[in-house]
Amino acid sequence: MIKNDNKTKIEVKNLNLYYGTNQALFDITANLYENKITALIGPSGCGKSTFLRCINRMNDLIPIVKIDGKIIIDNKNIYDKDVDEVSVRKKIGMVFQQPNPFPKSIYDNVAYAPLKHGIVKKGKECDELVETSLIKSGLWNEVKDKLQQPGTSLSGGQQQRLCIARTIAIKPEVILMDEPTSALDPISTEKIEALMLELKQDYTIITVTHNMQQAARVADYTAFFHLGKLIEYDETQTIFVNPHNKKTEDYITGRFG
Amino acid sequence: MIKRKKKNKQENPFYDPSLKKRHTSAARFKKFTLTSLIFSIAFLAFFLFDIVGKGIPAFSVAYVKVDITFNEKSIEDTRFAVEKEYREVVSRAWLRDIPHLLKENPQLMNTTQNIWVLADDQVDQYLKGHHYKLKEKEITFINELYSKGLIEKKFNTIFFTNGDSKIPEYAGLYSGIIGSILTLIITMLVAFPIGVMTAIYLEEFADDNKFTRFIEININNLAAIPAILFGLLGLAIFINLFGMPRSSPLVGGLTLALMTLPIIIVSSRAALRAVPDNIRQAGYGLGLNKIQVTRDHVLPLAFPGVLTGSILGLSHAMGETAPLIIIGMIAFIPDAPSMVTQAATVMPAQLFTWAGMPEGMYIEKTAAGIMVLLTILISLNTIAIYLRKKFEVKW
Repeated sequence: MIKNDNKTKIEVKNLNLYYGTNQALFDITANLYENKITALIGPSGCGKSTFLRCINRMNDLIPIVKIDGKIIIDNKNIYDKDVDEVSVRKKIGMVFQQPNPFPKSIYDNVAYAPLKHGIVKKGKECDELVETSLIKSGLWNEVKDKLQQPGTSLSGGQQQRLCIARTIAIKPEVILMDEPTSALDPISTEKIEALMLELKQDYTIITVTHNMQQAARVADYTAFFHLGKLIEYDETQTIFVNPHNKKTEDYITGRFG
Repeated sequence: MIKRKKKNKQENPFYDPSLKKRHTSAARFKKFTLTSLIFSIAFLAFFLFDIVGKGIPAFSVAYVKVDITFNEKSIEDTRFAVEKEYREVVSRAWLRDIPHLLKENPQLMNTTQNIWVLADDQVDQYLKGHHYKLKEKEITFINELYSKGLIEKKFNTIFFTNGDSKIPEYAGLYSGIIGSILTLIITMLVAFPIGVMTAIYLEEFADDNKFTRFIEININNLAAIPAILFGLLGLAIFINLFGMPRSSPLVGGLTLALMTLPIIIVSSRAALRAVPDNIRQAGYGLGLNKIQVTRDHVLPLAFPGVLTGSILGLSHAMGETAPLIIIGMIAFIPDAPSMVTQAATVMPAQLFTWAGMPEGMYIEKTAAGIMVLLTILISLNTIAIYLRKKFEVKW
């Protein structure tokens, strides 16, 4: 589809998704690349969030959802019968639209999952992980003196960075972001965007966004979804400057959506 | 008049001809709602006033200072322990206890002691100015003693240390209180874990299908079933089928647990449902499994609600009488139980028995018992509110 020498991290093959009898995703096929930011854009209800949730099997939580097709990560189809969805989510972290820190202290927010997964042991090792995660998410300087305060006492933007720190702490390979900045003010948004650019050195990032400028600013690749179909998927530059599909062009230029 | 209206219309672009009517009807509606409030407050105030007014006298009881002769004769027939003219004045129940008293204090044998002893209930009622049944002769004798300071009203410790009795001045709430405590311990031990676990299953694990919806409707209906039916159920299952001892706190507690379960399930479910879903999403997004998400993130948030519901269920169970009548906890049981398998009575059941007694002193004691029960219930509810505030997570 796209000719380049990037390493494919996630290979999606003929993915169909049904909510009961209602088909929400139609035959999605795409390669998502390692250490790149891929933005998923499209009008509301086009299936981009649903697609994102397929990648870490969050849709399994909805009993009526049926999925066929393959998502191959590191040469293994995550929908194979011998793959446990909980262990998939350990490798593929997720950041949500609404900042949703646990109602615990800032420290516990970051430390809880790594401790449970046995990534670190309680004590110094854990303290170090919390520190590096918070440094990576750019929150350390703001919270280093109040780690025992509740995570919910932070501002919205800080909470979202705390959620990112929490995700980094479980050492995932892929980070999924579902409209991570749509509930934030422009300054917090800017910080998160800068953070995304920094994080792509180490992680593969896939983000859903309604903000076209954001996609243009941060994404290396952009996928345009419409009515459950992947209309066009290419380098961001191409999508925004020289889209091949008429629908993409209309959406980008604001003629519908 | 018409002219002025026209003028108004021109000057005020927001002029509304129906304004006055609207204001009167709004004021009328407000008055209606306020009247209802005043009515309910008046009922409550009257109820409390009546209970407290009737109950307060029960906290003091008449004592008389009298010579008690302890000897073989007075053990044989305890009436001979006092002088003849005192026989109608001193409590018969107290006199009957003399052999017991001597057993505990053998040094009293063959002595005469001038001590304060419990007076007969009629003397007590006479002193309190209630209805009494005394002969002229007795009244003059009592008045004489009273003027000498040989009859006095003292704080009624018997009310809290004695069990039930057929002699009014000797009856107390102790066995009822102990019975209630044992019964409620059983109730909570059974109803709390089962109720909370059921709620967790229904809220966090069960699929939303016809079967679970059927269960849900039935649980809600169970919460509204007349309590006496639970008594019949307890009788049929625990006593007849399993052969558990009748009138025991064990059976009473299990029966009340059946009754409290739906309340705990419904309130726990509401508390779990109020936990925002994005907490669960956050947990699953980090690769946590269901147990970790439910136990460490959802349950702590729901806990204040679960606790409040359970304590309210408990206080509901505490005031319940009907099902316990069916399983025999209404029987006359003067001794406090020391085990959950012994026969016992509970506070409300004892109050129910007292309320049916003809003697005036039982009327007081019923009211005083209600005061004790209400105090415990209000304390429980206060604890519920306190715990809710304490564990509430700032959002």
